[in-house]
Amino acid sequence: MTAPVRLVYFAWVRERIGFADETVELPEHLGTVGDLVAWLAGRGDNFAYALEQPAAIRVALDQMHVAHDEPLGSPREIALFPPMTGG
Amino acid sequence: MPAVPDVRVQADDFDVGAEIERLHAGRRDVGAVASFLGLCRDEGGRLAALELEHYPGMAEAEIGRVAAEAALRWPDLTAVTVIHRFGRIAPGGRIVLVATASPHRGSAFAAAEFLMDFLKTRAPFWKKEHLAEGGDAGWVAAKSADDEQAGRWRR
Repeated sequence: MTAPVRLVYFAWVRERIGFADETVELPEHLGTVGDLVAWLAGRGDNFAYALEQPAAIRVALDQMHVAHDEPLGSPREIALFPPMTGG
Repeated sequence: MPAVPDVRVQADDFDVGAEIERLHAGRRDVGAVASFLGLCRDEGGRLAALELEHYPGMAEAEIGRVAAEAALRWPDLTAVTVIHRFGRIAPGGRIVLVATASPHRGSAFAAAEFLMDFLKTRAPFWKKEHLAEGGDAGWVAAKSADDEQAGRWRR
């Protein structure tokens, strides 16, 4: 197993998952950000619901935006959230 | 030296006049200040408030990255201020201020528009609507028009 990583969720992703953050040990086979999203979606009905449209999910690694085809690497904090609506 | 952006993410309201004054106080080289003020509207009486959620830490960092990019693109900018609020904001309330200063108006106008376009699509904030009749109407959906606005600046 890899080092524990902090996962944080925002807006309707947070509401559908049912909590705002957790610390998990990720499996080693996750190569890309997209692999992580697919793995998370298999963790239960709440995750499947929150991540049912992977293309709508934005991901940040250590508070930097990344695309789904980028390597996951070994960040300390991973955030999942919907497209932003600030401003 | 590019301008060092002043970025603040806060629950508290801000004073637009004081912020604009601060951009040019004590200087003789500033010929233009452009500002954009974003407000909560009531959508024809439908809304009681907007609730703004943000990603603490990343919100400041991402606005800082966008502001630093603006300072590089328009090197004659003398100052950049971005203030973005979070929490519950009622119609008429201030949400965001972008203000830019430069010797001439061109850079100030362009940088302010650039900053707003990228704040919309990159700064981690989300709006939830609270209804005047009670309850909430869910999260505001992102607009593809906002992505197109931001896409104009690619080069």
